[in-house]
Parts: sequence; C-alpha cells; structure tokens
Amino acid sequence: MSKAEIEMPPKGGFSFDLCKRNEMLAAKGLKQPSFLKTGTTIVGLIFKDGVILGADTRATAGPIVADKNCEKIHYMAPNIYCCGAGTAADTEAVTDMVSSQLKLHRYHAGRESRVVTALSLLKSHLFSYQGHVSAALVLGGVDVTGPHLHTIYPHGSTDTLPYATMGSGSLAAMAVFESKYREGLSRDEGVKLVAEAICSGIFNDLGSGSNVDICVITAGKSRVPKKPFVAKPSYLYQREGLFIFKKDRGVADKDCTIERDG
Amino acid sequence: MSIFEYNGSALVAMVGKNCFAIASDRRLGVQLQTIATDFQKIYKIHDKLFIGLSGLATDAQTLYQRLVFRHKLYQLREERDMKPETFSSLVSAILYEKRFGPYFCQPVIAGLGDEDKPFICTMDSIGAKELAKDFVVAGTASESLYGACESMFKPDMDAEELF
Repeated sequence: MSKAEIEMPPKGGFSFDLCKRNEMLAAKGLKQPSFLKTGTTIVGLIFKDGVILGADTRATAGPIVADKNCEKIHYMAPNIYCCGAGTAADTEAVTDMVSSQLKLHRYHAGRESRVVTALSLLKSHLFSYQGHVSAALVLGGVDVTGPHLHTIYPHGSTDTLPYATMGSGSLAAMAVFESKYREGLSRDEGVKLVAEAICSGIFNDLGSGSNVDICVITAGKSRVPKKPFVAKPSYLYQREGLFIFKKDRGVADKDCTIERDG
Repeated sequence: MSIFEYNGSALVAMVGKNCFAIASDRRLGVQLQTIATDFQKIYKIHDKLFIGLSGLATDAQTLYQRLVFRHKLYQLREERDMKPETFSSLVSAILYEKRFGPYFCQPVIAGLGDEDKPFICTMDSIGAKELAKDFVVAGTASESLYGACESMFKPDMDAEELF
C-alpha cells in the first residue's frame, strides 16, 4: 500500500483514507471510541442594546467529566460570537473555519461582518455534511442592521429568535426564559436572566456543570466578563484535605509515607 | 472490546512550579496477552516538548512519524523549535482532518512555552483540544487516573514532589 509520493501538508478539507481500515476493524468487533461531547446548556437572548450569550463549561467523554472548565463561547468576529454544543471537535473546527472566512471577507469588503453572513457560511457547511458534523450552535451578534440571534442545527436548518437555548440542558434553560423573558430588558436584567437560565441547566442536567460563561455584545463593543457567576447549589461538598508527599521518596521505598494534611 | 482497549495504555501529564511531568505505562498487549513490557509511548519532539500517544499502537507510531515530519519542516522554514501551543494546534488539525475515519489515538502534549511556562493539553481522537492548568489524563485507565489526580494534585509542586 506504499505510494512513492512525498506526503506534503494537505490542501485542506477532510481526508477519508483511513475509513476503509476503520470499517474493517469495526467489522471485526472493535467498537469505535466515543468523542468528546460538550453535553451542554447554551443560551442567547436579545436585550435592549444588543445580544447576551451564555454557556456552561463542562465537557464530557461518556460518563466522565473530561474538562471542568472548557470555553464554549467562540469568537467569530469582533461583533459576533457563537456558542457551540455537540461534538467538541466539530464545534471548534466549524467556528474557527467560519471565523477565518469572515476575516478574509472583511479584508475583501472593507466592512464590519454581518451576522447573516456568518449564518449562511455555517449553515451551508453543516448542510453539505448532512448532519455528520455534529455541531448545534447559537450565533449572536450586533451589526449595522441591529442585534441578531440565530440557532443552527447540525443538519443545517436555522431559526431566528429573540431568545434561544440549545444542548442537553436546553429544556431547563428554556423553562426559565419562557417564564421570565420580556422585550426591552436592560443589560443587568439580561445578564441576570441568562445566568439563571444556565444555572437551571447546570443543576438539572447531568451533561452541564461547573461555571457560567457570559458574553455581552452591544453596538461597538463586545465584552466577556470574567466569570461573574459561580453556580452555587444548596449543598456544597468540601474536600477534606490534601495529600502531602514527603520529599525523599525512592521509587520502591517501603518506608515512604503519605501524610494527610488537615 | 473497544479499539482503544486493543493495545491498552495509560498516560498522565501534570503541571508544577515552572516544570511539568509526563508519564506512561510501558505495556504493549494484544487484547489480554502482554507481548512487550518496554514499549515507548512518550516521544520527544524537541528539548522542551513531549507528546504521549495512547490508543492503538500502530496509529500512535504513524501519527508520531507524521508529526516529526511536520515539525522538521517547520524547523527548516522558521529556523526555530515549535512552541507547545502551536504544536497542539497542529496535532488537533491533523486529527480533525481524519474526522470521518479517525486515528484511534489520544495524544497528551506537554511542554515549556515562553519563559519556561509549563503547558499541557490533551485531545480526543478527532482533535478536540482540552487545555488544563493542573493535569490531563488519557488512555484506558483514564477513569482511575482522573480519580487519583483529582484527589492528590496540589498546585505549584516542585520537581521532586511532582515526581
């Protein structure tokens, strides 16, 4: 199977050359590995002056929490941010790719990017892979035409909404939005509502957890505050103490002691 | 039997004070039979950058060879070594390129960046980067390693303690 060509860095796009081998392995009974999913709660809402996006920060690999503090709010343009749920590699790759395409477009057109541009680029990419690129996104931003909020499903369909939630915790978060959202919220009310919705997802959904990330986008400025909210359940487990390793331990030293501190 | 469990492996990397540690087991098995006890899973890319590859041994070796090739090209073009952050983006891109027919490998990357600041990260088999400030684990024993690291890790350990 050896080819006499030099392996140059690829031109881009997916490469399918290991597919046959993987199918052969699967036919022999070896299961495919599970990918890192973000099993998430992501939300967005439009308030008086712009858009607020929120996300939790847990990434799971099956039943294990693989990353306690991952970033799910991805930068697309100075005035557009995107939250991603689904397979972590897919959301990162798709948002990075469209972010670069938007930048090139900005250089070409000499203007600020519009949210619908990002929307069209994302939906056409996802549709062309027929849902196999498993990325569910909440895209929000403010451009010359005003604030916009869209949801994008893995198969490429989109919705335009005043408030949206996605991910495994979306029902819990939507419950909060449906009861408390109203038009013309102020910035502080909006941030508080988004934090409440994410916390509701964190406490009621096993796939969401850890902290709340919030991004506020207004005309002229986007700000990602440094974690103003820490989700606090009513009962907090405290770790009892730390292990201390004594300094002169050998590798197979029978006299090595491990002391518990506290 | 999962593909990851065919050869088996356990990898961990931790951050200390201006230092990092990366460790692996050395068993190579074919399902339940051990066929080697000195199999190398951690490779040096350059003096301040190491990569450990867990999962299917054949994919680990192929991936390592491709990465060394890319790094050597980089050294020729840029006349310097790759930073760990850049290298982890490179590994992520190479793994994501095979999104629909992936390498069955979970890399753990550990290195010293600018001003000798330690950097560690791990990825799943399609390149989803997971940067951590304390420790990362990979391989079939990852669940036990998560537990051990979570309870025994302390920030800012020096080289002796980290060992």
